[in-house]
Amino acid sequence: MSMSKPLTMKPSRSIAADAVLDIRGLCVDYGVDDNAVRAVRDVSLTLRRGEVLGLAGESGSGKSTLAYGLARLLPPPGVISAGEVIYSPPDGEPVDVLTLAPLALRAFRWAETSIVFQGAMNSLNPVHKVSTQLIDVIAAHSPGMSRRAMLDRARELLTMVGIAPDRLHAYPHQLSGGMRQRVMIGMALALEPKIVIMDEPTTALDVVMQRQILRQIVELRERFGFSVLFITHDLSLLVEFSDRIAIMYGGRIVEEAPAALLYRDALHPYSHGLLHSFPALRGPRRELAGIPGSPPDLQAMPSGCSFHPRCPRRFDPCAVDIPVLGSPADRVREARTVACWLHPAGGAID
Amino acid sequence: MTTPAAEVVLEAEGLTKHFPVRKRGRAALSREVRVVHAVDDVDLRLLRGQVTSLVGESGSGKSTVARLLAQLYPRTSGDIRLHGEPTPLATARGGRRFRAYCRRVQLIFQDPFASLNPVHNVEYHLTRALRIHGRAGQGKEQLRAALANLLDRVQLTPADRYLSKYPHELSGGQRQRVAIARALAADPEALLADEPVSMLDVSIRLGVLNLLRDLKERLNLAILYITHDIASARYFADTVLVMYAGRMVEGGDSETVTQRPAHPYTRLLVESAPDPDRLTSEAGSLGEAGGAGEAGTAGGVGGAGAPVPGGEPPSLISPPAGCRFHPRCPFVMDKCRTELPPRLQVGDTGEHWAACWLFEGVAA
Repeated sequence: MSMSKPLTMKPSRSIAADAVLDIRGLCVDYGVDDNAVRAVRDVSLTLRRGEVLGLAGESGSGKSTLAYGLARLLPPPGVISAGEVIYSPPDGEPVDVLTLAPLALRAFRWAETSIVFQGAMNSLNPVHKVSTQLIDVIAAHSPGMSRRAMLDRARELLTMVGIAPDRLHAYPHQLSGGMRQRVMIGMALALEPKIVIMDEPTTALDVVMQRQILRQIVELRERFGFSVLFITHDLSLLVEFSDRIAIMYGGRIVEEAPAALLYRDALHPYSHGLLHSFPALRGPRRELAGIPGSPPDLQAMPSGCSFHPRCPRRFDPCAVDIPVLGSPADRVREARTVACWLHPAGGAID
Repeated sequence: MTTPAAEVVLEAEGLTKHFPVRKRGRAALSREVRVVHAVDDVDLRLLRGQVTSLVGESGSGKSTVARLLAQLYPRTSGDIRLHGEPTPLATARGGRRFRAYCRRVQLIFQDPFASLNPVHNVEYHLTRALRIHGRAGQGKEQLRAALANLLDRVQLTPADRYLSKYPHELSGGQRQRVAIARALAADPEALLADEPVSMLDVSIRLGVLNLLRDLKERLNLAILYITHDIASARYFADTVLVMYAGRMVEGGDSETVTQRPAHPYTRLLVESAPDPDRLTSEAGSLGEAGGAGEAGTAGGVGGAGAPVPGGEPPSLISPPAGCRFHPRCPFVMDKCRTELPPRLQVGDTGEHWAACWLFEGVAA
């Protein structure tokens, strides 16, 4: 798929060869004046081609805001106050999503990046048939197509996500929650985007359905090779399902590492705490404690590391200085970054 | 199924709830009565000082069981006995008998954002509960002491800091603690917790679960813990009961049920639960092979390599005949389609049972 739209800018810094989306220093505020609440603080994150990047954090950590921010879908009073989001199409020049002109942005959304929303079960329009809603997407982006071809494509999409094509003319209320979710995923893939952002796509579903849908996503990703940014609060799910995991706390990314590495050996005390908040289904029954305290109030963020009031391993610098995300000096060889004074950055960043 | 030493606080036998379906169009003229079989023939016992967990998907009827036990819904049939005393089929809500009952059996709801009144502060919520159940004492001093005592029990200290707070000023975990304190204001013997942590942030869930466990030990409560998360049931409960489409399908002590699940549905549930330890050599693969082999092969039924059942829970208006899981079951036999399986013993401990024909005649 070639990008015919005008490319507005060339980014200043070089981009990793396999990066499809590069977020740099993104800040998102709610409100503009002195009362503005900064929900996402200086986030840098790279999504590579064909990978599943998990983004985990508690409610209020800014993970959904980050996702909406990078697609420029933030409802007011959300404002992107700094940073750039650089999208590199497989063929063509990299482009900063945040500076795209309205028409180019419209083409970018859905065709290049699509989002499966939280509570996607309720994102379908209840008064329109599934077919109408699927065709809507296709018609908006490829106007030249005949109606028959569009219907065929819609049928194909449903088959792809494991729904019998005869459900095409059903209304959303005639489908179960799992099926509606599948329709949403099919709709997100309608234009073969390179990036699919999934914001808690399975939270409203049962574990059995959740596993079926995740398996489907993995299969589809292998077939079409898109990248997935998977946002959830369920870290145990991510460990099994994603390639890399980034953990957010108080609007910042506090740790990023390959999934298996993070599970085996989490460096940040918050990641460690999160991983030990899940009772295990197998193995010995351990006494678990969770994390004391409650998530920070974005209007009154603690000084220094935002996790320090809850941190069991805090020491002097934590309350004063904000730790910088960097590869830890004591683990230079591992492809990971952490923002914690226990593991100060020593290696070259990135 | 229980050790005789523990005292049964609340007991349900043959508990059944059918909700009528409103007739529309032509159906309104027919004589046929259509009902949703939300809960059918459920037996359970809550023991003093023990946690019984009820696990199932949404729509399996587990919340209906809690509401039936709290007498918020009149039941269609069956018995609920509190300390062996039968309760009438339908108690008038708000009547004296109902109040006497709910003084002893309290319910905690799933959503602490909805179960507290946003225009009243913590003091109001707790004072009202204390007054209704006649435990406010005489005069301001005794009331203050009772309030402080309640907040202290749920670890919201110092009490003065929380009494004047409104729900929106509290975090989710704190709100759920207030809801628990309100339930404790009645000084109940049985606590029915309907998904008490599923709306809370992951990092504070365990705090609330540990609090409930602590209360159970200190106050010798009988707790019914309703959840869809089988791993937390294993962590928190002594006994696990599994529900599917309105019926109990398996029960036993929590370790046995989660480690050696017998009923095909329980196996499906255990295999579907996220399990980081299943991670095989390659990261990012949803291990289809791993883990399945570990799930119990009790009764000599093939466990490893069993097909993963797809499909969805059945309609409860016209549930399948026989075993309600049979349309999805990989081990389905002819008998399953026609005859309802009774509770059959699994293994030789005598406490583990499954409602599945696979275990007919297997255990002695």
